[in-house]
Amino acid sequence: MNMFAIRAIYRFEMARTFRTLMQSIAAPVLSTALYFVVFGAAIGARMGPVDGVSYGSFIVPGLTMLSILTESVSNASFGIYLPKWSGTIFELLSAPVSYVEVLIGYVGAAATKSVMLGVLILATARAFVPYEILHPVWMVVFLMLTAASFSLLGFIIGVWAGSFEQLQVVPLMILTPLTFLGGAFYSISMLPPLWQRITLFNPVVYLISGFRWSFYGTADVNVVASAAATLCFLALCILAVAWIFRTGYKLKN
Amino acid sequence: MPGFHAGSRPGGSAAVVTVAGLRKTYANGLTALDDIELTIERGEIFALLGPNGAGKTTLINIICGIVTPSAGSVVADGHDIVRDYRAARSKIGLVPQELHTDTFESVWSTVTFSRGLFGRAPDPDHCARVLRDLSLWDRRDAKIMTLSGGMKRRVLIAKALAHEPTILFLDEPTAGVDVELRRDMWQLVRRLRDGGVTIILTTHYIEEAEEMADRVGVIHKGRLIVVEDKTLLMSKLGKRQLILHLQQPLAAIPAALSGYPLELADGGETLVLSFDAHSGESGIAALLKRLGELGIDFKDLHSSESSLEDIFVGLVSGRP
Repeated sequence: MNMFAIRAIYRFEMARTFRTLMQSIAAPVLSTALYFVVFGAAIGARMGPVDGVSYGSFIVPGLTMLSILTESVSNASFGIYLPKWSGTIFELLSAPVSYVEVLIGYVGAAATKSVMLGVLILATARAFVPYEILHPVWMVVFLMLTAASFSLLGFIIGVWAGSFEQLQVVPLMILTPLTFLGGAFYSISMLPPLWQRITLFNPVVYLISGFRWSFYGTADVNVVASAAATLCFLALCILAVAWIFRTGYKLKN
Repeated sequence: MPGFHAGSRPGGSAAVVTVAGLRKTYANGLTALDDIELTIERGEIFALLGPNGAGKTTLINIICGIVTPSAGSVVADGHDIVRDYRAARSKIGLVPQELHTDTFESVWSTVTFSRGLFGRAPDPDHCARVLRDLSLWDRRDAKIMTLSGGMKRRVLIAKALAHEPTILFLDEPTAGVDVELRRDMWQLVRRLRDGGVTIILTTHYIEEAEEMADRVGVIHKGRLIVVEDKTLLMSKLGKRQLILHLQQPLAAIPAALSGYPLELADGGETLVLSFDAHSGESGIAALLKRLGELGIDFKDLHSSESSLEDIFVGLVSGRP
């Protein structure tokens, strides 16, 4: 294992984050805080509890997950797309590093940033709405699994993207709608029966549901199903990345 | 080509890069490399010449691991570049043709990053030495975006040297740099070679290859058409000419001189004798004697010899 290379990539990516603190950390924390102010403290005060939890508290896991999903994808996709765009990818391809090492460096850094962000958002939420964490270990597990899975997805998008516009297409046109419709702001039990069944095809439902269960012990879907779905998504992403590296798709040739 | 083969120099040192049966056909059907056989010797400066699109960069990129070959094998410093890619790549440094740099990084951070990426433990002293050698030390904290093109080129060289490679590929190292910097680069390359680094460079500047290379390879349409010691190549393929400026112009070459390879130029005022540079018998003495017998006087004469550029143009245009 080329530990020096992993460390170099990881530190390079983390340095980029700390160089752009406003964009990487402050902006997502602020925008999520605004959600808490509007939907939690203001509108939420006039809404009844959902599954026995006050609305302001109910949306904390979903909003945290929303930020983690989008930032994981954004960080990892940008991390690998930037050297492709600038041409410095030649150095990575010519270095004595395995694909696993490249992945640990890039995805590890992106996931680290997402976890940091998640913790910051949870700390910020505490200023606006009360919440509890019934299963802190599971909360950390879901947080890390989600950050890792979606950082892998971001890596795939970054490799696939041929332009900055394409880089934004999947997060904006697919992930954000899936998250909004995945129970971030409501329990899927509030939907008509047909839409409840359709919603179950949305993988984000399982992530948010599992994460919310770790907070309040209530979930839209069984927590085992949530964990299984998260692991399946992680496995799919790993398979896709393995294929990319085996074939050199959009990296070599 | 008769008389030439892409092997090693007779009596030369051990091979440090061996390319065998290398082919590259891209997905669009373009064959960029066709059955390349090449041996690079340890400690030499090897210049790879060829027109645009000849396959020079593809060859370098395959050896460095950036492009996957369609067939064939490459061994770098005793290590197969596919099966034993870690060991092979750790021996190789690459300075690409384009100025691909981490724009927002500082010189120091990008050089130390390269060292780590290539699996070497941090060594600030080595990185500092490289930056000093390249006159970059004073700019070590500067963002790369603030540097001139020549400075960026030096940064790329510093990055390539950060992990102490034994084989250095320089793809058009002096493209777009001024004459002074080019001379600096040449000195640097010689110092590296003196320090035991094998240098493989591609260049459009034939003068550069002529100035620096020990051996020259010419690649054309994906095929390596000649690999030869530079001096031998110039001797074998070089032409010499004797140019006579006549007192009186000639309308045509007299029949009595038909046995000589002569041409008339400048409206008959100049007579040009061409002969192989390595030929033992140039025919100059006999020609001058014969001109005297025919009463053809000349007011001046001089001789010229082919440059490597003349030879290169002749080779790629099929007129060796």
